[in-house]
Amino acid sequence: MHELSVTQSILDMAVEEAKKAGASSVDKISIVLGELTGIAEDCVRFYFDIIKKDTLAENAQLSFSHVPAVLKCKKCGYEFERQTFSFTCPKCGSPGVLIDKGKELYIDHIEVSFDGNKVGKEHT
Amino acid sequence: MEIKLVKNILDVNDKLAEENKTLFRENKVTAINIIGSPGSGKTTLLLKTIEALKDELNIQVIEGDIASSIDAETISKKDVEVVQINTEGECHLDANMIKQALKNLDLKPGLLFVENVGNLVCPAEFEIGEDFKVAVLSIPEGHDKPYKYPLIFSKAKAVVVTKSDLLPYIDFDMNAFRSGLASLNQDCRVFVLSAKTGEGMQEWIDWLRQIRP
Repeated sequence: MHELSVTQSILDMAVEEAKKAGASSVDKISIVLGELTGIAEDCVRFYFDIIKKDTLAENAQLSFSHVPAVLKCKKCGYEFERQTFSFTCPKCGSPGVLIDKGKELYIDHIEVSFDGNKVGKEHT
Repeated sequence: MEIKLVKNILDVNDKLAEENKTLFRENKVTAINIIGSPGSGKTTLLLKTIEALKDELNIQVIEGDIASSIDAETISKKDVEVVQINTEGECHLDANMIKQALKNLDLKPGLLFVENVGNLVCPAEFEIGEDFKVAVLSIPEGHDKPYKYPLIFSKAKAVVVTKSDLLPYIDFDMNAFRSGLASLNQDCRVFVLSAKTGEGMQEWIDWLRQIRP
């Protein structure tokens, strides 16, 4: 519901970092998005295409790494992703507990160019 | 060239939240962020809570709504200091709105309740500098809410299950609710109560008496 303000933050942060580095453009913004944040990738992309105009990031692409929420079985220790309406371990049927994963919402890195020439590339 | 950031997208909000929290500490205020769906009974719970505690604790309130000041007017009848925030469309309160509201509130040692915009999703994502989040869930909403809205139930210090007087009429599976919540948040307190009849209120009030950051 508030993807516009989140998208604005993404744009502002990327442009600020690019300016700090003396870059002439932002080419890519790499975002890590946890399932529990409820932020919808499609919405962010939609808003980004509108607000990026006339900024250093006007030709930038967004890339998303999604992090699922993971539960750990209290009994057998198996780690699993939740099923609809269930936090139960698919292996032994015992209840799982949420581990600290899936709440991520950060920019991992950006790629920038100087004077229109791309230098360096992504390391993944 | 690649620039490594690893920077929280809500960083600006979180920094302002820290400033709010510093203000709360300086003024010996315990700030409680109340989050629940529209109609879950947040305001009614707050009114009854104020009635029970206002003679022994200083209570202040920030009311968040998309529009209107109905809740603030209702609360102010209880003779407590209240500030209304209208978000004008935003689905949640953020740290900056609280920061602005605090300019109109002379913080005093005691409890500050922040009633968030009615919504189980977005308010859970934005820190406002609160010491605790309390989730409010009413019996008619159903026991499946922890499964559907895991973020708020994983972050809440306590869940208040309201409208317990409706339990005989509604298929609310308390065990399914409690086990879902336990998967998300093992240390979460649960209070099942009816603000209308007073049933279960005492335990909640006693908890508020001793809860400190």
